Amino acid sequence: MTLLSVRDLRVAIGAARPVDGVSFEIGAGETFALVGESGCGKSLTALALMRLLPEAARIAGGAVQLAGTDLFALPEARMREVRGGRIGMIFQEPATSLNPVMTVGSQIAEALRLHAGSADPRRIVELFAAVGIPDPERRADEYPFQMSGGMKQRVMIAMALAGEPELLIADEPTTALDVTIQAQVLDLLARLAKERGMAMLLITHDLGVVARMADRVGVMYAGELVEIAPRAAFFARPAHPYAQRLFAALPDTASRRTRLATIPGSVPNPAERHAGCRFVSRCAAALPVCGTVPPPWREPAPGHRVRCHLEAVAKIGAGGTAPTATAEQPPPPAEPLLETHALKVHFPIRRGVLQRAVGWVRAVDGVDLSIAAGRTLALVGESGCGKTTVGKAILGLQPVTSGTVKLLGRVREGLAPGEMQMVFQDPFGSLNPRLSIDAIVREGRPDADVPALLRQVGLAPEMAARYPHEFSGGQRQRIAIARALAVAPRLLICDEPTSALDVSVQAQILNLLLDLQERLGLAYLFITHNIAAVEFLAHEVAVMYLGRIVEQGTAEEVLENPRHPYTQALLAAVPKLTGTVGERLLVSGDPPSPAHPPSGCHFHPRCPRAAARCHAAYPATAVISATHWVRCYFPD
Amino acid sequence: MKFVLLWSDALFFLLVVTAIVGGLWARRIEHLRVSWRRVGQSRVAMAAATLLVAFVAVALLDSLHYRERLPGEGENYAVEVRSALDALLAGLRTRTEKTYSAPLATHSFAKETIEGEGRDFPRLKYGGAHLGDELGRHEMDIALRAVQGLALGLIAWLALWLAGAPLRRRATHLAWEAVFATLFALCLVSGVAAALAGGYHVLGTDKVGQDVLYLTLKSIRTGLLIGTLTTLIMLPAALFLGILAGYAGGWVDDVIQYLYTTLNSIPGVLLIAAAVLMMQVVIDTHPDWFATAAERADARLIALCAILGITSWTGLCRLLRGETLKLRELEYVQAARALGVSSLRILTRHILPNVMHIVMIAIVMDFSGLVLAEAVLSYVGIGVDPNTISFGTMINTARMELAREPMVWWSLASAFVFMFALVLAANLFADAVRDAFDPRGAR
Amino acid sequence: MLAYLIRRLLYALPILIGVNVITFALFFIVNTPDDMARMQLGVKRVTPEAIEKWKAERGYDLPLFWNERAEGAEKLTRTIFFTKSVRMFALDFGRADDGRDIAREIRMRMGPSLAIAVPVFVLGLFAAISFALLLVYFRASYLDFAGVVLCVAMMSVSSLFYIIGGQWLVAKVWHLVPISGYAGGLAAGKFIVLPVVISVFAGLGASARWYRTLFLEEAGKDYVRTARAKGLSERLVLFRHVLRNALIPILTGAVVLIPSLFMGSLLIEAFFGIPGLGSYTIDAINAQDFAVVRAMVFIGSALYIVGLLLTDISYTLADPRIRLQ
Repeated sequence: MTLLSVRDLRVAIGAARPVDGVSFEIGAGETFALVGESGCGKSLTALALMRLLPEAARIAGGAVQLAGTDLFALPEARMREVRGGRIGMIFQEPATSLNPVMTVGSQIAEALRLHAGSADPRRIVELFAAVGIPDPERRADEYPFQMSGGMKQRVMIAMALAGEPELLIADEPTTALDVTIQAQVLDLLARLAKERGMAMLLITHDLGVVARMADRVGVMYAGELVEIAPRAAFFARPAHPYAQRLFAALPDTASRRTRLATIPGSVPNPAERHAGCRFVSRCAAALPVCGTVPPPWREPAPGHRVRCHLEAVAKIGAGGTAPTATAEQPPPPAEPLLETHALKVHFPIRRGVLQRAVGWVRAVDGVDLSIAAGRTLALVGESGCGKTTVGKAILGLQPVTSGTVKLLGRVREGLAPGEMQMVFQDPFGSLNPRLSIDAIVREGRPDADVPALLRQVGLAPEMAARYPHEFSGGQRQRIAIARALAVAPRLLICDEPTSALDVSVQAQILNLLLDLQERLGLAYLFITHNIAAVEFLAHEVAVMYLGRIVEQGTAEEVLENPRHPYTQALLAAVPKLTGTVGERLLVSGDPPSPAHPPSGCHFHPRCPRAAARCHAAYPATAVISATHWVRCYFPD
Repeated sequence: MKFVLLWSDALFFLLVVTAIVGGLWARRIEHLRVSWRRVGQSRVAMAAATLLVAFVAVALLDSLHYRERLPGEGENYAVEVRSALDALLAGLRTRTEKTYSAPLATHSFAKETIEGEGRDFPRLKYGGAHLGDELGRHEMDIALRAVQGLALGLIAWLALWLAGAPLRRRATHLAWEAVFATLFALCLVSGVAAALAGGYHVLGTDKVGQDVLYLTLKSIRTGLLIGTLTTLIMLPAALFLGILAGYAGGWVDDVIQYLYTTLNSIPGVLLIAAAVLMMQVVIDTHPDWFATAAERADARLIALCAILGITSWTGLCRLLRGETLKLRELEYVQAARALGVSSLRILTRHILPNVMHIVMIAIVMDFSGLVLAEAVLSYVGIGVDPNTISFGTMINTARMELAREPMVWWSLASAFVFMFALVLAANLFADAVRDAFDPRGAR
Repeated sequence: MLAYLIRRLLYALPILIGVNVITFALFFIVNTPDDMARMQLGVKRVTPEAIEKWKAERGYDLPLFWNERAEGAEKLTRTIFFTKSVRMFALDFGRADDGRDIAREIRMRMGPSLAIAVPVFVLGLFAAISFALLLVYFRASYLDFAGVVLCVAMMSVSSLFYIIGGQWLVAKVWHLVPISGYAGGLAAGKFIVLPVVISVFAGLGASARWYRTLFLEEAGKDYVRTARAKGLSERLVLFRHVLRNALIPILTGAVVLIPSLFMGSLLIEAFFGIPGLGSYTIDAINAQDFAVVRAMVFIGSALYIVGLLLTDISYTLADPRIRLQ
């Protein structure tokens, strides 16, 4: 039975059409995932269904039926009954989506009063219990700032459930969350949908989340749906060239240190008018007709529809940058390029009249790392574990509390611009908007050969005269890399260099990093929470939890044979494309604050294997092999 | 004739030249050009800018000072310092009546005992004097002159319009229609005023018979000077201390914060009052420092700007400190540090250009507030020299006369209209500048 | 919280000392006590004896900062700075140049000042917030546009014109209230209505426009979208969610002004002949009475610092996120 039917939906922002003729249906109790890269119009589609578009945007056409009700024909007052009553919605940023000055309980009570008639406190407790908030009576009186991101998203879900909606729209519900928390929230959403027979429109850019959650999948590109298919069929045989390329661009174990397929070009501007297929300029298999006639919907298999001219859409890898195997890696050199010994960075907590330090936030608490020339060490951990602070401390941007950083055996004093450089996470914050690309690349070395550097990172030398705002995120990241390379460093500290980028662009940057390492013999300290990127690029992996390394080894050892329960949980929490559910070791709860780490092993409150001695003392290093060690009492 | 360069003239010319050079320089800087173009595309902003340019033109004319050579042998010069505007408006300046007269009147405002005729309203010496005894023609004459003035204004506007054609063709994206619409109104109003001023006191005369139109035009320079020089004086301190506090942190930050919290905690008017009082004492006890009364009044004007500057830099300083604190943590500054770039270079390349929009917005936003403040301070007696013609002194003298019956309203009304036009134009322009330069407005 | 307040109060001390040094320096860097005496006595009566007498009567016959001739601690205390400035910390303001006790004068004049300033503060805040809310409720409509234009026009008019125009229209043409003057007790009513209305009106344009911007900024935040997605009506979204969050900066921003209300308004009191602290200050300025100006500066600064402290406290009360440390 069809619950929601969207016909030819169009959204206009001025002359642009960010959503241009989208049609799909969602059955009762079904989870439909709308997947696409940033700017493809998926979030605007969701907001248009709720008639909650931002002020600049308007609905330019189409019809939405919710179980027979025409939503676009409803007067505003009736539409309010639908919002929160028949359709609930949760958003990407739980941190900003709750009113900061109202208790979470009263925000839920508001929804209850609107849609259930009265705000029974027992009902609030019930809802909190249903979304897995521990100690619900007490937490209802808390303010959002007192809760962690995962808890806030649970509150959002509870609020959406208050009206017993038939449909839940979840707009990137876990994108802002850490991977272990993401797994918890996804599990919760799947369970709630099943228990309540609630349909779900899941909006995401993450194919792993789709594989984990969806019954059916719709792929959006430049304001249009290009493919709709049941999950299994989609993951087995993606039909549209764009979908195929997306899969190929995803790094994984199989693609370790080989070139990833990328999608050339970039998403067209939404103001552009298209005669034919919107993907034509980036499609390797394009026919002449693709550029002139809009492609028709075809149905290669029952329920699997695709909008493409190509009769038998070629399989992945045809054309474009095909994956190519690289030469065998050189053996690790004997002398490490960089070594840290017992590195500690503590921040004081000041209190009282005289502002004395009453405690310390142990952001980094005794970290030993070692990187050899030409190798990649991945530092993996969730937000707040101290991994970025490690990077800045090594570089000298962050004063070190104690411990040493040695470069080629010498203790580093101050900055060492010629030896180490950093590539930052935010491609928009890392370039000064007031400077030309030429000036940016010359920053560290005024006599740098800018054209050569730009070519080295895959940009045209003519771009040197332009300014950062003219470039996309991926291009900016290339410029930032060129700036770092200008001083010919031997170690590059990459702090989440791809986490702000779309999948296809991420692949380009990962390929570039791999190329540069092979050509220039660079060493990388690769700081990330993205396990797939680690699988692709890393030689060695160090896993960090609350300021300490809990497990370290070669990439094969750590990723394929993790020994620490935290590493195991982290790896299990990553949504896999195979969508395998179950037999997974989920960790519960949130990471504790580094200001008050738990006694003994920091991980014991969340550890499924914790025993009495885990509370008592931090475990010593357990050696698994010459290169692999773990700090756990149960290393087996 | 001997040219006199008053301190305020020098600073004002410096300011205008800086603005022009800065404008030419901004054309070469990408982001500034983009922002200014956004200002130029706004009709309201361009209309306001046109009006402001007209005001600045009057002020510039009023800033070319000279002393006339006295007739006779030797190098003797008049004590009075006049400006090019005084020379242009010599007719208005010299044709002073005995006392009050209403706009366009032929007779005085107050009855007087006239020889042989008893108490009556005496004829004015200049206002409507050309009519002779044909007083019946008074209204006809005004209408005729108004029409002539309109025609004159129209011709002037057409000339401007033709002269502006190349500009319009070259920079098609700017809101020229607003510029020329404003000019049209300006030309017509000035045309009519000029035609009428030939025979009448267009806005009447004040207590000592001075032409009110003349006084109002002279007030413009004072208002503009206070609005601009103050910012110019406080800018270096605010910029330097604000950025230093934000970037250096530690005890430097503590000292600077202490400094501006202390200054901020003194009630503004009292600080200004105390400073102005003391300055007045200095000026009074050293009469030998100043050759002319104009120089003395000028010294007080500059000192007032300095005092206003000292009391008003704290707000901008705090804003700049906050912004620098934010910028300091940005990744491109971190990257520069990692590349071993020196602190001075980081400040000039990364911090300064990225706080300039705040400075720009502060300059234009402060202007109108300062013009308004001048009026209030002069009214309270701690503003400009009582002999300096300004909106504040005009209002101060005019308000005594509100109690008269019938009321003397024209001085106040003129000051009100001109001040309102100036401040409104400045506010509208400031809004457009803020919208164009504020990165948050770019959403 | 308590530790925070103690620290802030300790921090206020150096600021007040700084204020005193600044005002003291302002007066005595460019002037000597002799200059002041000459100024006060007038040109005709200036003789060296008269100056000495004037100085001795008012305690200006001491060194400025450092008394060489005194003994021990008196080197510091037997100076003009100490006797004139430091004693103000004990609320000893001394006498004005005309011989009257400043503290007594201040106590007497506080009432009339507050009678004007408090209603202006409360009504002004209320009027500006209501007007801004109205504009935000009809945002992006012609009403909103016209309202913003009105605000800009209103803030382009000098406050002098509001006062003069108001006095002329209400008092002179309509004869509704007396033009100026003041009476104690309930009779004050008819004298304070006009100044209050005019002050509220004069400040309305700028504040309403500023508050509108704050409201709009708040209305663009994510949690407002959540409230709408919940099904709340636009009115409830505005009043329950946007208003509450935007009021925090507005009200706490206004709190800093509350203690300064004691100081009264210079302009309004001068125009309307209200015998408050504002007109006291203006008279002192015109009479160049250093003792009174110095006392008013000190009180004004102290009240401002109290205002800052109250702001911090009100923040913790209004915003659950803020805990002072």
